[in-house]
Amino acid sequence: MAVSRMDLASNATAPKRARRFTPYAIPSNSKFYWMRLVAENPAAVGSLILLLIIALGATFAPVITQFDPDYVNPADRLSPPSSTYWFGTDDLGRDIYTRVVYGARVSLLVGLAVMVGATTIGALLGLIAGFYPRRIDTPLMRVMDGLEAFPSILLAIAIMAAFGAAVQNVIIALSVVYAPNIVRLVRGTTLMNSRELYVESARAIGMRDWSIMHKYILRNSLSPLIVQATFVVAFAILAEASLSFLGAGVPQDIPTWGGMVSAGQARLQQAWWAAVFPGVMLFITVLAINLIGDALRDALDPRSRQR
Amino acid sequence: MIAYIIRRLLLLIPVLIIVAVIVFSLVHLTPGDPTSAMLGREASAEDRAALREELGLNKPLLKQFVDWSWGAMRLDFGESFFIRKPVTEALLDRAEPTGLLTLYSLTFAVALALPSGVIAAMRPNSLIDRLLMVTSISGAAIPSFFFGILLMLFFAVNLGWLPSGGYQDIGNGFWQHFRYMIMPSVALGFSSAGLLARIVRSTMLDVLNQEYIRTAYAKGLAENQVIRGHALRNALIPAMTVTGIMLANMLGGAVVIETVFNIPGMGRLLVQSVVRRDFPVVQAAVLVVAVIEVLVMLLIDILYVFVDPRIRYGSE
Repeated sequence: MAVSRMDLASNATAPKRARRFTPYAIPSNSKFYWMRLVAENPAAVGSLILLLIIALGATFAPVITQFDPDYVNPADRLSPPSSTYWFGTDDLGRDIYTRVVYGARVSLLVGLAVMVGATTIGALLGLIAGFYPRRIDTPLMRVMDGLEAFPSILLAIAIMAAFGAAVQNVIIALSVVYAPNIVRLVRGTTLMNSRELYVESARAIGMRDWSIMHKYILRNSLSPLIVQATFVVAFAILAEASLSFLGAGVPQDIPTWGGMVSAGQARLQQAWWAAVFPGVMLFITVLAINLIGDALRDALDPRSRQR
Repeated sequence: MIAYIIRRLLLLIPVLIIVAVIVFSLVHLTPGDPTSAMLGREASAEDRAALREELGLNKPLLKQFVDWSWGAMRLDFGESFFIRKPVTEALLDRAEPTGLLTLYSLTFAVALALPSGVIAAMRPNSLIDRLLMVTSISGAAIPSFFFGILLMLFFAVNLGWLPSGGYQDIGNGFWQHFRYMIMPSVALGFSSAGLLARIVRSTMLDVLNQEYIRTAYAKGLAENQVIRGHALRNALIPAMTVTGIMLANMLGGAVVIETVFNIPGMGRLLVQSVVRRDFPVVQAAVLVVAVIEVLVMLLIDILYVFVDPRIRYGSE
């Protein structure tokens, strides 16, 4: 895939890019191939490294923090950032740096779980709808139209109102909210692919529908699906933060970035750091995921470049 | 054209039924008995039975749905458990702030996005083009509530130029009212403005590379005549769809922004009702917004014909 990308890129953009230092000469089987990837898309590679750091921090949170996220220290309440409290403390004297590191756990967990949930449901329904256009497509797509009539955050709030605040409910609610998007995408590629000759030949040699869907259709839908799934992670992290900010997401005793911004807002005049640091982390994380998504789209669909 | 509109209106019916089913099922999705969620675990069995009777939860499900939908069609959503007044009245009381907030945000987003998208397309890789790119990428990543809080920190807490939250009725003088709406509208419109500007830029770039634009220049038209008379109108169609989607997202985003800035609108009422488990209000508010979105999207499809006379729906 990487080689074909270079071929495509060389037609349109190579003369312009050649003026900058870009190690295009490095072939894809070289052990220095990563240099070319970095040079082509420094922002995405930087984002990937940043995300890895955040994920490692979240996994090994007890190792890289010196306080407990729930440790209350009234003597040091609302302390500004210092060498002891890197990001300051909140109105109960809890260390904000520690809580920001632990807060990443919820954000990343929700982001990844919703991606898996929404793409699994979405790909399955999309495949079925596209493969059986006469029987299943119309009713299923009308249901999707209905789900898509709600602004996403509103549907999520409504589902949370019914289920109550809990991490797993946030994951279910957001999977339902973002699945229709995936259904539409996979249905489109399935409709297109199932008219291809190779699908007809597979049918002719007696392959079962499921094997055709899996082997020929889903694999051909993978590129757009991967790109969309990346953006679902970013949407889900933002939506979880909004829900927790509103008090309708994760229970308030678990540190989350959205919940921390909400608590910090009440003390904005005395302690800006309580709202700003978790908000900035949220921003950086979502920005990094979006940049990776953009780079994936450019790499997997060269036609979308220059947009 | 009229035939097209009628056909589209008929197609709306199944979508609206599904929207109604989704909203109606919310109460029944509640784990266990919805009455225990509403009244709390300590409620007595008699209280619960009384509430079940009041909500009609003892009737068959289909009958409940038909009754509820029939009520919804007449804008009768029952009575709020918490505020103790008809839901429709409670929503109408809160409609003005939400409506105005959405209107201002949309105006802000379009007023910012259209010129900057056009200029960025006319001067690719210029400073304004790069600035636009950075703004739209950050706009997509920054949660609106956090952007609102940053604005608040800067313009209200540090500079003291604008009130940090609250709402003034438009009847108390426009400027007095508008001062309270500046930060919420910017916070709500910012990310949409970035998105819209990118769409305008990319469609404008496509249009500007067309032969007829070259012809327009060749026959000696000035740049702004080419842009206004030939390019912009053609670039507007994708932008219109995005504006429709933006409007719906803003109605959703208003829920969050009204909470940040303590604006007594429908969104704030919805959030309060979620916390209080006041289901009739939650259902009505969510349903109203979904219906508005469906109608806005229809309106945009119809508007296409006026912007682009080449589109003729009836003839397919």
